[in-house]
Amino acid sequence: MKKRKERIDRGIKARSEDIFALSSYREMLYLLAPRAVPVVGLLGVAPFMSPYWQEIFISTAIYALLAISWDLLISAGLVSLGQSLFYGIGSYIAGTLNHYWGWSPLFTIPVATVGGGLLCTVFLLPVLRLRGIYFAMVTLVLPLMFSRLVEATRILGGTEGLPGLTPFPNQLTALYVIQLALLAALFGFRRLMASDYGLVIKGINDNDRSVMNAGINIYWYKTQILFLGASVGSFAGAFGTHIDMFAGMPGFALDYAIMPVAAAVVGGMGTFAGPMIGAFILVPLSEILRALGALRIVFYGLFLVIFIVALPEGIFHYVQRKYHQLERWVELV
Amino acid sequence: MNKPLPLLKVSGLTKSFGGVMAVLNVSFELKEGELLGIIGPNGSGKTTLVNLVTGFVKPNSGRVEYRGKNITGWAPYKVVGLGISRTFQMVRPFYQLPAFKNLIVPLYSSRVKKLAGGKYGDRNAVALDLLEEVGFERDARVAYKVAGSLPQGYLKRLELAKGMALRPDLIILDELFSGLSLAEVASIVPIIEKLRFQGITIIMIEHRLKELFRIADRVLVLNYGEKIAEGPGEEVMESEPVKKAYLGSETQ
Amino acid sequence: MFIGTLVYGFINSCILALLAIGFNLTFGISGVANFAYGAIYIFSGFLTWIILNSIGLPYLLSVVISVLCAALIGLLVYYIVILRVKGLALSEVMATFGLGLAIMELFRYFDFVGFKYTLPVFFDGSIGFGEVYVDYQRLFIALIAVGLTLFLYLFTRHSKTGLAFRAIAQDERTALTFGIDSDRIGALSMAFGAALAAIAAIVILPLGTIAVEGGYEVLINALAVCIVGGLGSTVGILVASVLIGYAQTFTANYLEPHWMMLVSLIAIAVVLTIKPSGLFSRQKELEERI
Repeated sequence: MKKRKERIDRGIKARSEDIFALSSYREMLYLLAPRAVPVVGLLGVAPFMSPYWQEIFISTAIYALLAISWDLLISAGLVSLGQSLFYGIGSYIAGTLNHYWGWSPLFTIPVATVGGGLLCTVFLLPVLRLRGIYFAMVTLVLPLMFSRLVEATRILGGTEGLPGLTPFPNQLTALYVIQLALLAALFGFRRLMASDYGLVIKGINDNDRSVMNAGINIYWYKTQILFLGASVGSFAGAFGTHIDMFAGMPGFALDYAIMPVAAAVVGGMGTFAGPMIGAFILVPLSEILRALGALRIVFYGLFLVIFIVALPEGIFHYVQRKYHQLERWVELV
Repeated sequence: MNKPLPLLKVSGLTKSFGGVMAVLNVSFELKEGELLGIIGPNGSGKTTLVNLVTGFVKPNSGRVEYRGKNITGWAPYKVVGLGISRTFQMVRPFYQLPAFKNLIVPLYSSRVKKLAGGKYGDRNAVALDLLEEVGFERDARVAYKVAGSLPQGYLKRLELAKGMALRPDLIILDELFSGLSLAEVASIVPIIEKLRFQGITIIMIEHRLKELFRIADRVLVLNYGEKIAEGPGEEVMESEPVKKAYLGSETQ
Repeated sequence: MFIGTLVYGFINSCILALLAIGFNLTFGISGVANFAYGAIYIFSGFLTWIILNSIGLPYLLSVVISVLCAALIGLLVYYIVILRVKGLALSEVMATFGLGLAIMELFRYFDFVGFKYTLPVFFDGSIGFGEVYVDYQRLFIALIAVGLTLFLYLFTRHSKTGLAFRAIAQDERTALTFGIDSDRIGALSMAFGAALAAIAAIVILPLGTIAVEGGYEVLINALAVCIVGGLGSTVGILVASVLIGYAQTFTANYLEPHWMMLVSLIAIAVVLTIKPSGLFSRQKELEERI
């Protein structure tokens, strides 16, 4: 007898769709559990880890922020091959403010976030009107060029960079700052994209002519998203600078460019949770394999290619599908 | 001055794409409240003319004036902001979204916000109302269906609703009737008449001449980018150049 | 000094043009983005070195094998990666980017670093133009560059395959109705582009050492030329190569060599402000899309 695969929503999903229908603890738990996991997992677990793992955790969180900001940009159709641009600019702004004028991280980080966001938006503004490939090309080229520029002109510390910057008072503070930032970005962006504003952004990605025709200035909205994404990236850079107590050319390194793309592809593009999961898988893994040195980028690159070919929807979409729907074989009637 | 300003005045619009002359020196005026039809064989430049007026294409020369204001070459979102709205010949909704969610984007525009007095209000409710107006049966909950699953008749109505969502003073409908059955056309005509009754000026590009002539005040005929006739529907169809354009000339 | 700058500027422009046309062929002309271009360039260089030194085959044979291997890689990348990701926006850009980085860093990991990694020049000796001496290798590069450009120009305009390349970029559906197998043509286009990268590598690398950094330089330069000249426009590529090539050489000779990168950056900045789609781009206006 012939069978077909049937996929239907789980009963509990159908019941819990409408907020007014939440009538049982089970339904509420069904909705809350996925959201509680990152919150509890991050805030709850981190302080109990050994200092070594806390360091890795902080590093992962920084990468996760880059990945989440990448995801925001792609929601508007902007493929960034250079998150390292945002990281590097944020890093240098914070580093410069701290190194030359002694500003404390309390001030350098916010200024670097907004300043970096503005600066990078200005750099990329001209290509917003062009096809997506131009954005990809320019984001790829700019950080590489800036890096070589610093090397050539020896400004801002040149190849040595700006060392001896102010660290965080203790590791726990750093841990909580980055976690709160991560959770804020994750839930904030998800909320944003689920709102009508997000619909407009996704519409621009899907069919921009239609959105233009709806009386919306798509370039202004693209600019807003670019600024948001760049700011988060610059935050990551500024934060990382005070963790490493160093700002320099490595801020424009390719790790920061390729890792967010790999994380998003592995985790699931467009979901924000996906890239975060991707980061939390890839970065610790690459740390464990740290003995292999330069293999990190190879690692990210290969994961990217393998996943984009084999499981393009990413882990999060896959898990989400399984969570919300059940599949079963039914007979053909 | 006794004569009121025409709502839309197009003078000498010309556009060429590479070597192809898409629109050549087209001029016409549109009075407020009129329903103007634009007809012509395929490739005669009708859609390009609309693109020129609404800002999707910049003209090589010529002028477009709306309520006396020069809007030649304005960006589409600005043109829409003034109150001109258009539909597309090839209907492309956001396929993954439910029908009514498709209207959220136009309802998000600043024009709608301005007209509503600075607040957006409940976009979902407005969207559902709009869809009911264009014939999405409320009790059948058609408005909640995913756009990708709807047949062409509904998609055309959705397109019309998108245009109406912007509360235009002038709406341009590009081949709204194409691909629809006689019955479907008959059910849409009352909606257009209601728009007229509300005082909205309408331009309709159509190939379905019989249905168009029933509701149009005046008709403009384009051929190879040039205006070859203008006047009431039946009259225009009798003129020689129009007959030649549609039917071709006799060969000996 | 001035004549020298003129001559070497020309050579530099030829080098840039040679790098850019391969990238431009696959993307600008056939619509397939290949960001693994720099990786293929370096790969061909190392492969030639390996065949030459570790296996011991004659130089010409190594070269031929390398070019063929590069073309093969282009084909493989198309069929294994690009075909599977078609449909996703710019997914081939992300995929080839990842692949390219992986390949280049793999070479770095396996310690292909050092001065011993060089390729022999094709022709020894140099010729004098007045007081300026230009080595034959550089002249050879210029010759290859000009020849290949001409060949590609004629090929994409007068040969059936070349026209097919352009067809699938302009309108894939229509091309299909003409019996053009867009997958096969796309794969061929990638293979061609990869082969061009290999040829460029073989003639240019003898000037220095084969280094992974070079792969990144190639990608940056090819992209810079394409951004300034305009994707898809061969004329634009040529003009941009001349502009940037001469600007770089003048900077290197009259200022200092490491300001060359600044020149490319300034060129990009200027183009982005004045005409973002490139000097000679044929970027179609938004409304001409469906």
